Amino acid sequence: MMHPMRVVVWLVEGTWQGCLDATAPQLPRDAHVALLHVTPSDVAEVAGAASAGLLGRALRGHRPVRRLEEIEDEAASAILTGAVERLGRDAELLQRRGRVEREVVGAVAHGVDLLVVARDGDRSRLGPHSLAPATRFVVDHAPCAVLLVWPDEPPGIESMPPPPPPGHHPPARGPPGESGPPRVRQ
Amino acid sequence: MLLVGTLVCAVVRPGGWPEAVFAVPAAAVLLLAGVLPWNEAQAEATSLAPTIGFLAAVLVLANLCDRYGLFEATGTWMATGSRGRPIKLLALVFAVASVVTAVLGLDATVVLLTPAVLTTVARVRLRAKPHLYACTHLANSASLLLPVSNLTNLLAFRASGLSFARFGAIMTLPWLAAIVVEWLVLRRFFATDLVGRGQTGAGPARPVPIFACTVVALTLLGFFVLSVAHVDPAFAALGGAVTLAVPALLHRRAKVRDVGFALDVPFLAFVLALGLVVKAVSLHGLSSLVVHLVPATTSLWSLLLAAAVAAVLANVINNLPAVLLLLPAAAAAGPGVVLAVLIGVNAGPNLTYVGSLATLLWRRVLRERGEQLPTSEFLRLGALTVPPVLVASTLALWASLRLVG
Repeated sequence: MMHPMRVVVWLVEGTWQGCLDATAPQLPRDAHVALLHVTPSDVAEVAGAASAGLLGRALRGHRPVRRLEEIEDEAASAILTGAVERLGRDAELLQRRGRVEREVVGAVAHGVDLLVVARDGDRSRLGPHSLAPATRFVVDHAPCAVLLVWPDEPPGIESMPPPPPPGHHPPARGPPGESGPPRVRQ
Repeated sequence: MLLVGTLVCAVVRPGGWPEAVFAVPAAAVLLLAGVLPWNEAQAEATSLAPTIGFLAAVLVLANLCDRYGLFEATGTWMATGSRGRPIKLLALVFAVASVVTAVLGLDATVVLLTPAVLTTVARVRLRAKPHLYACTHLANSASLLLPVSNLTNLLAFRASGLSFARFGAIMTLPWLAAIVVEWLVLRRFFATDLVGRGQTGAGPARPVPIFACTVVALTLLGFFVLSVAHVDPAFAALGGAVTLAVPALLHRRAKVRDVGFALDVPFLAFVLALGLVVKAVSLHGLSSLVVHLVPATTSLWSLLLAAAVAAVLANVINNLPAVLLLLPAAAAAGPGVVLAVLIGVNAGPNLTYVGSLATLLWRRVLRERGEQLPTSEFLRLGALTVPPVLVASTLALWASLRLVG
């Protein structure tokens, strides 16, 4: 590789520490690392909508959406600052707001070699729909290599369900991952 | 036309004017044009006045609780109690939002508790969405318990002729049913978001405002005691508001202006004007139409029908005018039907929040401001929660009416 590897690590609330811990040992020494956090824009909007449901009660002098956006921005920069400390090396900080999945894909659209994503989803239900929709979208559409890491201990081999009984045919249009060849994105 | 115009202006608020600026002239036009006879207007105003006073006291009470730091303290308590676990935090948010909505009203949850919850979630560093939806949904569906929980309840409380304690006793089961259904659906809907571990013990602990908590608890007790003594429970709310306001003003925790803002006189005027406009519309044909929509018996099917009609109407024209329209017919059919209508108008708005007419406008306004439209997520979540909440709560109401009588 001619230029140093460009890596973007997508940090999400709840899993960012584990994601960094799992990623740090894998990163080449000379890699250019960027840490990305995206605040979903619809959170403040849903709160604003609920206020609109009050027909404007107690809204005067009160800008709930603006106030919530400030709270969110502070939290996002706190995560990014904490993440640089935890990583223990220089990193570019990317703080965005918008539709999460689209912002993440947009952030790796040009000149990025690797996107690191923490697995999310319900660990008690490993299977076709185990990733949250935004994460699934990013894994599907990121125009670069994607490293999917467990933010905590990976599940044991016993988490695999027993094989289907002989003579069982998977449904023709089953959800991806259950039928067809395995799609390894690591 | 005037009703629709009033509602449209209330939601869009051209020029940022309070909604009363449009509703009060609308009511005045109806009066001057003779569409609404003076004696009818007077009767309506007299019957609405105590409710509006009650509402004002509750608005001030909730706002002063915020000034005393109640919501911040609750936020810190939830942050510490969750130990960074998203599902535990969601359970705490459910508990707090249900109690705050029931005791201090839906406005308190939307305007005061929601920012505190979002601050908590940000401090614990967890995903905000499940917790935010819990607040916005419970503000509506957990507002079934007491007359003070929702303005619609206050209006229905008068019309039903029930005592405060009896209202609460009958609505306990429907309230719990709504919360359980919301929990089951949200827990499943956001299963993929309720993951990871947040931070524990983040941020400084806030002292619990014992004085404010005591006053709220005594006010709540006062509601029941006064209602047993056949005194208007609005006086308990007034007492609570004054007890909190005087020391707050003396210690400069709040200024007179703040209390005035919390009182929200333009909104109170709006409620009165809206009541008059709806009355005029009812007198001119709509009430005879409504009588056919509201069932007259308290069989399970009738209650379900009443709740469904109310929910649909609340989504078309917003729940406030919906309840004003439906109440006369429902009250004639008895308290059971009134409470079923309440389930509809309170839980129904989770489908579209403002009523679909208003939602459409709201979406247009957002687009005009160049802001992003919300995802289909809240509509999907509404579609998943509202029908089961309506059915479960109405079933619970039916059982409650048979148990409590």
